[in-house]
Amino acid sequence: MLIDLVMRRVVLGLLIGVLAVCAAFAQSGQAVPPGQFEFTGSWAPLATEDVQNDSVPVDYLGLALTDEGRTRALSYDESQKSMIERQCQGWGATYMVLGPFGLRISSQTDPKTNRLVSYTIDAWEDWMEMTIWMDERSRPSEHALHTQAGFTTGRWEGGALGARTTHVKAGFIRKTGVPLSDEATIDWRFFRHGDLLTVLMVARDPVYLVEPEIISKSFRLSKTPLDFRDPCVTGFEGREFGDDVPHFAPDQNPFFDEFMKLYNLPWEAVLGYRDTLYPEYRKKIKNTYVPPPPCTADCGVAGNFVRRRSL
Amino acid sequence: MRPLVATVGIVIVLSGLGVLAPVHAQRGSATASPRARDVAPIDLTGYWVSYVTENWRYRMVTPAKGEYRRIPVSPAAVPIINAWDPTADERAGNQCKSYGAGAIMNVPGRLHITWQDADTLRIDTDAGTQTRLFRFTARPSSSAARPTWQGESTARWEPAGGPDGGGSLRVVTSNVRAGYLRKNGVPYSERATISEHFDIAPLPDGGKLLLVTTIVEDPVYLNAPYVVSPHFKKEPDGSKWDPTPCSSTW
Repeated sequence: MLIDLVMRRVVLGLLIGVLAVCAAFAQSGQAVPPGQFEFTGSWAPLATEDVQNDSVPVDYLGLALTDEGRTRALSYDESQKSMIERQCQGWGATYMVLGPFGLRISSQTDPKTNRLVSYTIDAWEDWMEMTIWMDERSRPSEHALHTQAGFTTGRWEGGALGARTTHVKAGFIRKTGVPLSDEATIDWRFFRHGDLLTVLMVARDPVYLVEPEIISKSFRLSKTPLDFRDPCVTGFEGREFGDDVPHFAPDQNPFFDEFMKLYNLPWEAVLGYRDTLYPEYRKKIKNTYVPPPPCTADCGVAGNFVRRRSL
Repeated sequence: MRPLVATVGIVIVLSGLGVLAPVHAQRGSATASPRARDVAPIDLTGYWVSYVTENWRYRMVTPAKGEYRRIPVSPAAVPIINAWDPTADERAGNQCKSYGAGAIMNVPGRLHITWQDADTLRIDTDAGTQTRLFRFTARPSSSAARPTWQGESTARWEPAGGPDGGGSLRVVTSNVRAGYLRKNGVPYSERATISEHFDIAPLPDGGKLLLVTTIVEDPVYLNAPYVVSPHFKKEPDGSKWDPTPCSSTW
């Protein structure tokens, strides 16, 4: 009888201890289902990868453009962003990895079932909030509203979070005016290794891209929440309502060869021809490429902008 | 006695549900040591080609001498960067300095990944004809061994642990010969450590993409980790394999 009583108390104590440990795990956010990782939190950008390509107007390096895409890109004038109606237009979904900012991610659960419904990646000043629906909802009709952020669904697979974005508004894949059509599909894959989150983007566009644009960018977990800037506010920047939309005739873009001259780069690479993305191209230009003169200013890590030498 | 039985039952059920010991805590605690090839959560073998859609200007051509944009170099690195002399490297037999473990995955080219044996994954590159060996089994410390371009790499699978399998390969490389992170002489030292994560992603056309998240840490020439993530497309065969020797001038 005494042994029975002692055993009961030991087992009960053990059970209470176990439940306390489980509760502690849950509270510390470590109770992540197998095959998943903690995705929410603040993720700071790393400045070590050159993926923005927005320092010089005509820089289409690393892209495989259709002729139509190239022509439209060459017609773009950055002054368009001075128009009041375009100042706060923001950039499309791809800007998540092509922009300079970090990611602030939260999750939303169903209050009744406690099941995950979605993840939200917060907006920046010039990028719209993105919701990744995780509740297996069906994709809307192709005629449904297209937005800057598009419509995104996701699911966990193979230890990574996979997602697909459709229903994007016609916009840009680069800030320098390289277009992305509203028929584009963007596949995402989020990998976490320790405190690194690597985001892989595969953007396909039957109108403007010959091959997918594939970009990967890593972010580091931030112990303090990222603080984003205030929402965009319009202001007068020299363009009146009713003014023409600034643009160039594609064959008269004054910045056409600026980047080529700056770094002695081959024109077909700067203008986004597919062959330039594969190793064979490196061999092809081996005997013709001349390295640019030694760097004398702004040679280091900081900044997205180059100091333009006199051309 | 019934309450005792019920209590023990609850504990057993909770254990069965995995509540008592989270799965993530169990990883790596296996006592048996199956061969790495047999327990691979992802298949990395085959031919892969660089798809250079990022860092193009630093990979496809030799950047300007003195430029080290986006690499967090230490002050000690700057004189070396400015003194870069590719011809001197070539003369000294150091033409493979930009093909070492700290840079080789960024060099445009093809990879051929095979199992050298059941516990050693082998990567051959056609650019620079380099060979990397990722060993899954512990080897005697070789700190006295001479550093090499590709160093010594220890590898470990990191299974995702979910119902649909998957996972990642983690590789840590040290004992490297001093080399260049970029073709234009941005250095890393023999004290550098290169950590890599190999992941595979499906492509919409049915193909596969290999993503190599690379973290280079160097107490001598870097102020912070240098992180890049080159990617490769899977190729059906080795018909485009084109070995070329190291070159410091191209």
